[in-house]
Parts: sequence; C-alpha cells; structure tokens
Amino acid sequence: MHLTDIWFLLIAVLWTGYLVLEGFDFGVGMLLPAVAKEPVDRQVTLRTIGPVWDGNEVWLLVAGGATFAAFPFWYATLFSGFYLALLVILVALIVRGLALEYRNKLPDGAWHRRWDLAITIGSAVPALLWGVALANIVRGVPLDAQHNFTGNFFTLLNPYALLGGLTTLVLFALHGAIFLALKTHGPVRDRARALVLPLGGATALLAAAFLIWTQSYDGSWITWTLAVLAAVCLLGGIIASRAGRDGLGFLGTAATIVLAAATLFVTLYPNVLPSTTDPAFSLTTTNAASTHYTLTIMTWVAAVFTPIVLLYQSYTYWVFRGRLTRDDIPQAARQARAA
Amino acid sequence: MDAIDLARWQFGITTVYHFLFVPITIGLSALVAGLHTAWYRTGKMKYRQLTQFWGKLFLINFAMGVVTGIVQEFQFGMNWSAYSKFVGDIFGAPLAIEGLLAFFLESTFLGLWIFGWDRLPKKLHLASIWLVAIGTQLSAYFILAANSWMQWPVGYTYNKASGRAELHDFGAVLTNKVALVTFPHTIAACFLTGGAFMLGIALWHLLRGGKERTELFRPAVKLGAITVLVAAVAVLVTGDIQGKIMTETQPMKMAAAEALYDTAQPAGFSLLTIGSLDGQREVWSLTVPHGLSFLATGTWNGKVQGINDLQQAYEQRFGPGSYKPNIPVTYWTFRLMILFGALSALIALIALWYIRAGSRSPSKWLVRSAIALPLLPLAANSFGWIFTEMGRQPWIVFGLMQTRDGVSPTVGAGSVLTSMITFTVLYGVLAVIEVALLLRFAKAVPAAPAGPESELAEPDAAFLY
Repeated sequence: MHLTDIWFLLIAVLWTGYLVLEGFDFGVGMLLPAVAKEPVDRQVTLRTIGPVWDGNEVWLLVAGGATFAAFPFWYATLFSGFYLALLVILVALIVRGLALEYRNKLPDGAWHRRWDLAITIGSAVPALLWGVALANIVRGVPLDAQHNFTGNFFTLLNPYALLGGLTTLVLFALHGAIFLALKTHGPVRDRARALVLPLGGATALLAAAFLIWTQSYDGSWITWTLAVLAAVCLLGGIIASRAGRDGLGFLGTAATIVLAAATLFVTLYPNVLPSTTDPAFSLTTTNAASTHYTLTIMTWVAAVFTPIVLLYQSYTYWVFRGRLTRDDIPQAARQARAA
Repeated sequence: MDAIDLARWQFGITTVYHFLFVPITIGLSALVAGLHTAWYRTGKMKYRQLTQFWGKLFLINFAMGVVTGIVQEFQFGMNWSAYSKFVGDIFGAPLAIEGLLAFFLESTFLGLWIFGWDRLPKKLHLASIWLVAIGTQLSAYFILAANSWMQWPVGYTYNKASGRAELHDFGAVLTNKVALVTFPHTIAACFLTGGAFMLGIALWHLLRGGKERTELFRPAVKLGAITVLVAAVAVLVTGDIQGKIMTETQPMKMAAAEALYDTAQPAGFSLLTIGSLDGQREVWSLTVPHGLSFLATGTWNGKVQGINDLQQAYEQRFGPGSYKPNIPVTYWTFRLMILFGALSALIALIALWYIRAGSRSPSKWLVRSAIALPLLPLAANSFGWIFTEMGRQPWIVFGLMQTRDGVSPTVGAGSVLTSMITFTVLYGVLAVIEVALLLRFAKAVPAAPAGPESELAEPDAAFLY
C-alpha cells in the first residue's frame, strides 16, 4: 500500500468521523423546534451535545488540514472550485457555533428564541450542503488540464448532488433523533422517538436512491456490498430504536453513515476529484499528492497522536454518559424572562 | 478592484479580526488556569469567584476565536489556490498537525471544563483548563511556524518539474530561526493582552468600590498588572532579537519600518518623522542617534541597508520590478505597535504602584485609562501583524512567490467580493453582540457565595447550556 493510499484512507476516515459525530449534533440542532416546546426542554436538548459538539467539529478542521497537507492540489481545486457553496457552509457554521455558545449567556426568552433559530438553520444548511459537496466530488466536476474548476455555482446543483444533500439532511436528522432518544428522558425523548419512523422512512427511500445512483459512477461489487450493508444497518437501527434499544439504534445509524461514506469514497478511489471534461484531467491520489517525505512525516504524527485524541475524546463521551432530564437543568437557568 | 486586491483585503480583514480574539484566548486561558489553581490549592472562595468571573469572559471570547478560525483554514484554498498548490507540501503539514495536536485538545478539554464542575474529580477538572491553555499555545506555535516559513523559507527544495516548493527537512521548518523568536514574542504579547484585559476590568471594579468588591478584585489587579509588566519585558527582549533576525532575513522590512532610504552607518532610530515618506523631503524628525544600528545589528555603529540599495540588489537577484512594501504603512504600524504596547505597560506600572502603596481607591484618571486598557494591546497586536505581513510584500513567500501569483486563478472578483462583504457584515454584527455580552459580564459583580462548598458544585447558569 502506497502512502498516498494510506492518506486517502485517512482522509476518508476523518470525513467519515466528522459525518458520524457532527451528524448527530447537526440532527439535534435541526430537530430542536420539533422535539422541544418548553424552554426547559430546549435546554435539555441542547445540553445533550453541549460538551461534545466543538470537539466533533474539530474533525472537520483536521480533515481540511490533512487534505491540504497530503493532497494540496485536491485542497486547492476543491475549495476554490466550490467557493460560494463553501462560503455558505462557513457562515452557517460560524452562526451556529456562536449560537450554541451564546444562547444561554442571557436569561432572556427572546434572546433564546433567536439563537435557537440560528442553531436550527445553522445545523440544517451544512447538513444539506456537505451532502451536495460529497456527491459532487464523487460525480466529478468540470476540470481543465491544469485541474482547475471551470464550472460555476450552478454546476454544483445537479440532480444527483441535490439528492445527496437531501439524503445527508434526513439521515443526520434521523441520527440526531435516535441520539436524543438515547440521551434523554421525558418529553424530549418521547418526541424524538416519535420522529424515528417518519424520518427513518424518508431516509431509507432517499439513501437507497442515492446509493444506487452512485453505483452508476464507478460501481463495483465492493460498493454494492457496502451500500447493501448500509441499508441493512439503517433498517436495523430503526427497528432497534422502535423496540426501545436506543444504544443499538444509535450504533445502527452511525454504521449507516460509515458505510454510506465508505461507498462514496470507494467509488471515488483512485480519483480524488474526477473531471467531467476529460478523465485525463482528473485529480487522483497520485497527481494531487504531497511528496513521499511529507507524507512519511504526517504518517508518523498521525500514528502517534490519533490514538491519544481518540482516547480523550472517548473519555468525554464517557464522562457525560447517561440520560439528561429536566432535573439536570439548574433552577437558575430555567428562569428565562419571557420577552 | 480585481480579484487579487479583494482577496488581499479579505485576508487582511478576516485575519486581523480573528487575531483580536486569539491573544485574549491565549493569555486569559493561562490566567484563568492560574486562578483555578489558586482556588484548588487554597480553597478560598474568592478565587473560585474570580475563576468563574474570568472564565465566563474567556468563554465568550473563545467562541469568537473558534468560529473565525474556521474561515482561516479554508480561505487558503478558496482565495489562494495557486499559493496552496505551490506550498502545500510544506505549509499544509503544520496546519494539519495544529488541528490534531492543538484544536482537539482545546475544544475537548474546554467542554470537559465547562460541563465538568460536578462530574470530574477536582484534579482532573483543574487539569482540563491547563490542557486548554497548553493547547492554545501549541496552536500558536504551529501557525507561527507556518507563517515564519513564508517570511523565511527553509528546509525545502524548489522542484522545477512539479513547479512547487517541496519539503526536505521538516525539523528545519519547526526550528526556523524566525519561528523560534516570533513564537515567544507573540506569546509574550498574548500575555500582555490577557493581563491588560484582566487589569482593566478589575481596576474598573475597584473604582465602583464597596468593600466586598474591592477585596475580591484586588488580587485580580495584582495578577493582571504583574502579568502585563513581566510580559512587557519579554515582548521587549524578544522584539529586540526579532529585529536583528529580521534585518538578517528580510532587510527590506527593517528598512521600510524605518523609512530608511539610503544605507547608513551608523543609523539613527527615527522616533517620529514628519515629511513625505517617499524619502524625498523631510520636514521634521526626532531621531535617536545610533538607535537603528543597535536595533538592527546589535552594535552601535552597525551598517543598516537602505531601501534604494536593497531595491537594486533585489532587481539583480529576482529581475525587474518593485520590491518595496508600502512604506507609510510599515513605518507607522511599526511605531504604533511599540507605542500601544508601551502605553499598556505604563498604565500597569502605575496601577501596581497604587495597589502596593496600599491606596484603597486608585485615582479617577487611572481608572478611566483602565477602560481603554484592554484595547491598547489589541491595537498593538493588530499593528504588529499588519507590519509583519505588509513588510513582507510583494512576497507571499519571501524570495519564492509573489502575492499576486498566489491568488486563485479561477475565482472571479464577483465571488471574492460576495464573500468579503458577507464576512465583513457578519463579523461586524457579531462584534456588536460579543462586545455587548462582554460588557454585561465584565460589569456584573460575582454573587457572594452562600452555603457550604458542596452546594456550590454547579456554577451559575450562564456557565452552562
């Protein structure tokens, strides 16, 4: 296995980790108005992701940095090519991040409601657009001989990519609903559980269509297998959740995201960004890569530090394990003044 | 304006804005960790109150630093894709390592610190805030290593076939002499900023008076003032070394900082020059004889090269073109950086003198200046950054690639304009919200604790979600 392949794998793992982790906190943000009617329930809902969402988002930053370091040409073409779409994602992430940090700083009902809206929109927009972006990467975009993007913003809004976006949107919402069912007691849990079936049905339909369509790009028996496994995990997750096995249900949607992402990355390989203009102009793991020396150093750094990071991140999840209820919200924090 | 100018403005605006929050984060995280340690060691309630008081302000500021930092990582690819391709083999590694080593540490342990008051063992909870502080400094180191490579590229070879700079010695990049002096200089400036932030707010509370409030904030005045003073000395020493290394590596930047057009030996340090900065006409000038010689070379009679000679030398080396940065900008930002840094140290010194003298309430004049105090180092930091980056122009990577060649070839001016307006407006709105929140919490007096320690496990609501 070449270092370039290892780094393709590592970046796929980082993106997958990002989608699994921030996937559920996007879902929680999106479902906020649907699962929490009372102010105290909104606090319960947000507190399920409070200690972890920031750490989850770092997966994106590391994925971005790793792409820059390991495949600079991929990084350069992708982010200059997807310019306006990325701008929208960045704005959404900025507003959402601040909303999560600032909404509880003042005991003011109107202040809470505004930031809550920002959280919901700021979670839905990236959930949709990351799917659009990933689908476009797999499908390919017009690249010239210098690997520069020659399309425009509307090139990215093709039916396949939009389907990809809708798929991640509902999949993350489902993932979030099952996460909330796992992490709460009381009204929030009841509402989240009631959402599992409708969201699960929508996800099953969209994901099936999207993954089958994906096979038309560079499908093989491996990608078919992965896609079928993703479907099995999705159904398993929904059934487990309906049966009240919340942990198993969450593992189900997490595995679905892993397998769906694997389907996409295996389809993509050995390209990193196919050119729809001429396959010869495609960016591949070889022509987009850094030198062997840089990749060697990066491999050592990743090999030493990734296990440490995984260890302490897991520890965070362990510390904040257990279900949250209204009783966990301090009395003082509940006294929001209605404006 | 075309795409290149817009991209430059956007980089300047987003970077300077991001760097308003970074120094407060770096300085204040260590100070909060210090207060938390004092609480852990002594068990005194006032330290707990202070930890939470500054902890809250720290979190409000940290949030802005994080969200504006995301933009920084992606805009190299968005606006500067030609640059990203040219240097990615070298420049990407520190960024990726920063994420893996520093960002994960900061964000994960900050989550543990905020939510861990009643869940973590006390020692581990204390360790969390220290790990956050360490994470912020690690982060600064890797970013400054990357930036220093742009100032003084080392450890690479230029590959003609691939048309890019390729890494051949990562150790050299991490131990770049520019990085080794820029890092302590920047960290010292960060502590100066964090200390001034603490001192300014604590002084304001002292004026408001009340016995309880005075008792509570006196240690913060002391901690803030001492931090500023120690940091100021460190800024001065490291800045002096940096000046000498800068003269060696980027003589044009030093000449531009002084608007020194003709090579001089000895060279005087211009405290203030009124005149046309193109060097044609000098109306009035206040100069320290031999000052620049010492600053630049370490000897009183050292020779300092002027802009005109350097321009000629660079033309011979790199071909025709202008190799002069914007002289008025470099000249003034260099001075303003020093001025604002020195002013903050002066105020801290006076404040410390008052406190030491046992005077209960400092003079009104001092307290009024306290309101400006947190802003002074912020101004100094911004001018310092603008000086460093503008002084490097026209190079994006010194001697290797000019800024105009680094821009994304396929991104139109319309796209860059859209994103520049978006970020400027968004950042403006967020600044208003952030300042309002900071002021509100800075003015609030921490509630005096009632009841035994065990009932206080959970901090007040604003700490939590």
